[in-house]
Amino acid sequence: MNNTSNLNPAIYAKRKRVNKIGLTLSMGAMLLGMVFLFWILGVLFFKGFSALDLSLFTASTPAPGSEGGGLANAIVGSLLLVGTCTLISTPIGVLAGLYLSEYGDRSRVASVTRFVTDIMLSAPSIVIGLFVYAFVVAQVRHFSGWAGTVALALIAIPVVVRTTENMLRLVPGSLREAAYALGTPKWKVAFMITLRAAQSGVITGILLALARVSGETAPLLFTALNNQFFSTNMNAPMANLPVVIFQFAMSPYDNWVELAWGGALLITFAVLGLNILARVVFREKVQG
Amino acid sequence: MDITQSHSAPTPQAVRIAKLQRIQDFLFHAITQFFAVSVLIALMGIIISLTMNAWPALHTFGQGFFFTQEWDIVNGEFGGLIAIYGTLVTSIIALLIAVPLSFGIAVFLTELCPGPLRRPLGTAIELLAAVPSIIYGMFGLFIFAPLFAEYIQPALAATLGQIPFFGILFSGAFNGIGILCAGLILAMMILPFIASVMRDVFEIVPPVLKESAYGIGCTTWEVVKNVVLPYTKAGVIGGVMLGLGRALGETMAVTFVIGNAHRLSPSLFSPGTSIASTLANEFGEAEAGNHLSSLYALGLALFIITFIVLALAKWMLNNMEKKQGLKT
Amino acid sequence: MKTMFDLNKIDSQGGRVETSIQQTEQAAINALEVRNLNFFYGSFQGLKDINLDIEQGKVTAFIGPSGCGKSTLLRTLNRMYDLYPGQRAEGEINFYGQNILTPSQDLNLLRSRIGMVFQKPTPFPMSIYENIAFGVRLYEKLSRSEMDERVEWALNKAALWNEAKDKLSQSGLSLSGGQQQRLCIARGVAVKPSVILLDEPTSALDPISTGKIEELINELKHEYTIAIVTHNMQQAARVSDYTAYMYLGSLIEYGKTDEIFIKPQRKETEDYITGRFG
Repeated sequence: MNNTSNLNPAIYAKRKRVNKIGLTLSMGAMLLGMVFLFWILGVLFFKGFSALDLSLFTASTPAPGSEGGGLANAIVGSLLLVGTCTLISTPIGVLAGLYLSEYGDRSRVASVTRFVTDIMLSAPSIVIGLFVYAFVVAQVRHFSGWAGTVALALIAIPVVVRTTENMLRLVPGSLREAAYALGTPKWKVAFMITLRAAQSGVITGILLALARVSGETAPLLFTALNNQFFSTNMNAPMANLPVVIFQFAMSPYDNWVELAWGGALLITFAVLGLNILARVVFREKVQG
Repeated sequence: MDITQSHSAPTPQAVRIAKLQRIQDFLFHAITQFFAVSVLIALMGIIISLTMNAWPALHTFGQGFFFTQEWDIVNGEFGGLIAIYGTLVTSIIALLIAVPLSFGIAVFLTELCPGPLRRPLGTAIELLAAVPSIIYGMFGLFIFAPLFAEYIQPALAATLGQIPFFGILFSGAFNGIGILCAGLILAMMILPFIASVMRDVFEIVPPVLKESAYGIGCTTWEVVKNVVLPYTKAGVIGGVMLGLGRALGETMAVTFVIGNAHRLSPSLFSPGTSIASTLANEFGEAEAGNHLSSLYALGLALFIITFIVLALAKWMLNNMEKKQGLKT
Repeated sequence: MKTMFDLNKIDSQGGRVETSIQQTEQAAINALEVRNLNFFYGSFQGLKDINLDIEQGKVTAFIGPSGCGKSTLLRTLNRMYDLYPGQRAEGEINFYGQNILTPSQDLNLLRSRIGMVFQKPTPFPMSIYENIAFGVRLYEKLSRSEMDERVEWALNKAALWNEAKDKLSQSGLSLSGGQQQRLCIARGVAVKPSVILLDEPTSALDPISTGKIEELINELKHEYTIAIVTHNMQQAARVSDYTAYMYLGSLIEYGKTDEIFIKPQRKETEDYITGRFG
């Protein structure tokens, strides 16, 4: 009996070599990615840590040339801007997402909206800032926190719309039918049954939108601008972390640069924290 | 007989409630539709507003605006060529580097990665994608650019810079910041994003297809090349274009390291500017008139370019999903 | 002398004010009368000229091989198909004399009078108590204690009270499959419809739960009209008073269950019942 296969050892060796090279490169790419991640986060921690002390949270941004200072006004300002943005974009986004999932199968308007929303998800945020400047700031002739909120909302709403719609679509049709079978009107089916069934997914979407706008600089550059002093007046320029970082990082003052790193660390904490929170919320839903 | 017939009839109260519900449902439809449409309205608003404000510059300089190299604030002569060049070149550099790396990462995550590591590593990539771009900018300016100037630029000049014709790309002073540096930082930024999309797309491939290839003795690499890639072609291209769309519009990561000089030079080492960084640097203080209007024109151009790229990307990804039968 | 049967005036146990003696003295009343019903999924015809009566207070079973249209027919009775564009019905379905296929029929009101339980148990994402209270609250205003009684009554009717009474505030999803289905039945019964439609209610359940639910059907039929779709012929024989055999969208034969199973009139019926096909 002849047990030898007709395998050509030369060809096979070459294939194996190609395979090995390809997979090694692939692993190398992954390693490179991990290296970047740890490098960037490491640098951030290292540089930002030295700025982390109590005064960071209690003192406001220092004037050019003056010593010390903190980021209190910027932190509060960012919280206000992101907070009001969430208050606006959540209902708009969830309701729009409801429309797309509950009425979206039979409507031309719905498919166009979906398409456009997806594009707006990745649209250049600086152009959004330009638009809000032209639309709001130029009209009232002053920068304001509200203008910043509007700009951030324009970025957050598409995120909330898409995740809400996707999560609602995951709810099985049989659940909706069971509600209709009792004579439930459509709006109650949507809010009390479907939305409720999808609630952790929807909350995840809102958290992700929050994380996204927390780190956005460009849309605030010409809307909320910045404010050297502590203020909670949304009708005037509002201090915020990203713009402060932008101004301070490229400046010649050492304490400014240090504060910039501190701010960068704070933002990254917030963004990564929200992302992780979103994942935890979602995972609990899937398991529980 | 009476009981049974009335047993079927709803109570007057129920009839009243039903009437009210019809109104409620109508309002529900109207309100949710309004908010959904508001996204479309916002888009229209953006395009109209930008065009209106860009009009003076476009009118003054004509179509040639996008091909003119001037950017003279003092004398009011403007042209978009430098900014457009910077945007395009940095994005292309970013793609050239990020796409193969993303591909490698996606292959690793789907084919090579040991099971328990799969989720944490995938999450790590996604978290990298979530890091705000200003962080990348700062990293680029303070950490990467000096290293780039000290080690990488000399190395590039000594090797690739020696090649005739091609070498001019790597000539000039070793400043660190500049077009190439901006391109590299941009690559770092869009890398995790494209990697995630590719990974998601690779995971859609039915295991049955891959198994039948393995079953006839294909190596992992051959399975990826001959089964996974052709199957996910549309999705991969879509993912790459999404990355391109992001890269084109990126502001912060680029502004920190591009050098912000209105200069056009054949060398990648030289400083330059992109549309987004021009806007970031100059819009705040621009005087109304040609300067401001030119900036709007640049913004409009950027928006339209990105919109087209993203629309194409979306279209390709939709085709991918249709093929799956996920969409009808 | 029509007495309006006011839901608000029933006693707290949900019992009827009048006795059931009157029922047996009357000629058979039809809760639903289907006349010349044709149904279309787009251009495909799912039901062809269906004519049948569903008698009040009795259990009517629909049997037939997969794709014969029995579920389609059931879903026309409460106009569930209306949720999906592209599906339409032509003909008449008279619910106590009123044609429910007219465009002016309020669907929500209709479905509060004709309830449905589905194949897959679908508890709402709320507590057991709320699952039941949800439907009741749609069209009735009950005080807290009245609602408590109604919930208890409904759970008793579904033979779930003993198992659920200590965990009324727990999620409906914490119950087992068979219990969840009984919860869905309790939910449907709680709103006191005239007719209850059951679409393969036990095919996703284990044999013990199935047995419990069949017992339930036997008890419920005294007060409700029940129509049940089942692919299990033995089940149809066990629980129903009338059986309709369907094939490829047409009604082949319809009659008293005993007669259909012992001496069917059509050969197609006999073939199906004896297992020669399907």
